[in-house]
Amino acid sequence: METYVFDGSLVGLLSAIFTRYERRAAGVGVIAQAAHQQALLGTHLSIRSDEGQATRVWRGLLDRVGADGCSRLYAACLSEDAGAYQSLFNVVHDVFDRGGEVLSDFGNTDVLAVSQWARKVHREKHRMEAFVRFQRLADGLYFSSVEPDFNVLPLIRKHFTDRYADQRWLIHDGKRRYGLYYDGVSTSEVTLGFDGHTQPGSGKSIPVELLAEDEPLYQQLWKRYFQRANIPARKNMKLHIRHIPKRYWRHLTEKW
Amino acid sequence: MLRITEKLEILADAAKYDVSCASGGGSRKNKGKGLGNSHASGICHSYTEDGRCVSLLKILLTNHCIYDCAFCVSRRSNDIQRAAFTVQEVVELTINFYRRNYIEGLFLSSGIFKDADYTMERLLRIVKRLRTEERFNGYIHLKTIPGASEELIREAGLYADRMSINLELPTEAGLKLLAPEKSHESVEKPLDYINKSIIRLQDERKHSKHVPKFVPAGQSTQLVVGATAESDKDILYTADRFYRDFGLKRVYYSGYIPISDDSRLPQLHSQPPLLRENRLYQSDWLIRFYGFEVSELLHADNPFLDVEVDPKLGWALRHPEAFPVDINTAAYRMVLRVPGIGVGSAKKIVEARKFGRLRFDQLKRIGVALNRARHFIRCADSASFSPELSSMEIRQRILATQRRFRPADQLTLF
Repeated sequence: METYVFDGSLVGLLSAIFTRYERRAAGVGVIAQAAHQQALLGTHLSIRSDEGQATRVWRGLLDRVGADGCSRLYAACLSEDAGAYQSLFNVVHDVFDRGGEVLSDFGNTDVLAVSQWARKVHREKHRMEAFVRFQRLADGLYFSSVEPDFNVLPLIRKHFTDRYADQRWLIHDGKRRYGLYYDGVSTSEVTLGFDGHTQPGSGKSIPVELLAEDEPLYQQLWKRYFQRANIPARKNMKLHIRHIPKRYWRHLTEKW
Repeated sequence: MLRITEKLEILADAAKYDVSCASGGGSRKNKGKGLGNSHASGICHSYTEDGRCVSLLKILLTNHCIYDCAFCVSRRSNDIQRAAFTVQEVVELTINFYRRNYIEGLFLSSGIFKDADYTMERLLRIVKRLRTEERFNGYIHLKTIPGASEELIREAGLYADRMSINLELPTEAGLKLLAPEKSHESVEKPLDYINKSIIRLQDERKHSKHVPKFVPAGQSTQLVVGATAESDKDILYTADRFYRDFGLKRVYYSGYIPISDDSRLPQLHSQPPLLRENRLYQSDWLIRFYGFEVSELLHADNPFLDVEVDPKLGWALRHPEAFPVDINTAAYRMVLRVPGIGVGSAKKIVEARKFGRLRFDQLKRIGVALNRARHFIRCADSASFSPELSSMEIRQRILATQRRFRPADQLTLF
């Protein structure tokens, strides 16, 4: 069996699909560079991400599955999961072979897997729309650090750009070491100058002298509000933790 | 003078028994460079330790109140600390919480001070200022004050996304007992006025784009459960009538939390009826999303919901003649009636079966809860002969597969 090694991006995955058609290969496995180990058996082919090839495949997909279908495929790809990549690879092949309808063949293991990955990624996107907590810094920038399970920054970009159009903001993904920065006009992807050793911490670690003057007051008010909105007679920690799993707590002002 | 933190504590504490937290259905876009927009499906920004969603800054403008409703913490005879926000304070809290992505917007309610118009006018002043001066496009849920003039209500409806009035007690008799100064009629009149205005303006919008938005996320109400002796039938039939008569988007059910040693009410420290509340929500869901009629769930011989099994399973057990449902051929609405199959799974099933007859293992992966569903369906690999179980046997088998019956855990919908 041949295995294609790609860079983990959508462009890379689409390039891999292009290559498969070019080589008329069957039974191909795909694996992301980051997860790739040399010792694996079989033939390996390194895929170069090629915008031109990717665009051609993407256009073909748009014709067959429409914008909704494409956004589902894109979301599944952002899961960065090895199994999801393979299912996507198989499903896309199926779409070109049998037509766009196969995307609703939920009895098919790969189609169902892609749909379930897309759902998980969308849930994470929704969580980030909810769990981002901005802190106003002394220079007026609203800063937030997050560590989402999946690479959802591209999916939340529009939401935050539309919502906070009159304030400068930065949302930084500490796991993937990049952020979204809105300068008052437009939003772009940025990498911050954290050195290689220090992991950017939770928002709590920002020294108070870097914060805007009213920031500690509003954090305090929000924490008090959060306490008071609770009804102790209905306490249900299991449900609480199901809704906000503990891994998110370190970035939530009300949980510091 | 109270400091802002103390005011916030008092007035958030007094507002928390209103369970509505919805923030969806607003449709304000951020045109130009204003602040905020509304998210079609609403966002829960946090969850309190009781597992409830925190979506809005939910506060009272003041907890001073001229009424003495026995079930309410802010009743005038209750010896508690009183406070009132200024317009400026509410505006600043809302804007600053919103800018930090703590909330979707504001839920503003109030005790009644002086009279209805005086109170409504203050509420109006706040929402007007948020929308016009602050150019705030986030979500606003505003209480309609019963008895306020139609002019004030109409103007408030131009700025609010949702408006609500709580019926609180499901029966007139209950209301007379606990809040003799109030009547169902005083709630129904403004609900009706707003509903008719929504319908009229929607109609006008079809002809002219210049007709302003009016309460775009609709109206809701809240019913308190377990404060007086109503049956589940009383509660759900009232809810059903309100959904139909006033076009309500939501009815909320709030298990009564003892806050008073009044002899007309459940004792202090008694447990709130959380499981009962959950069964009511499940029934409400069945009526709104699963095509059930309220009379299929409750009737005169059957005025209370079964606490042991959910209402959908209860219906299926009472109607063995409707089953088994053949997953590969039955109409969508019958697939939806199978216990253990939700809306998401039902939709996937009717799509997937076009590609081939579905088997149990596929249903399981799609997300069907087979421990319940298996007794009510046939699919591609069903045995050609299977012993017919009585409803009682099915009930026992399903209960045996579920975890021990623990009321505190039973708070999810299906």
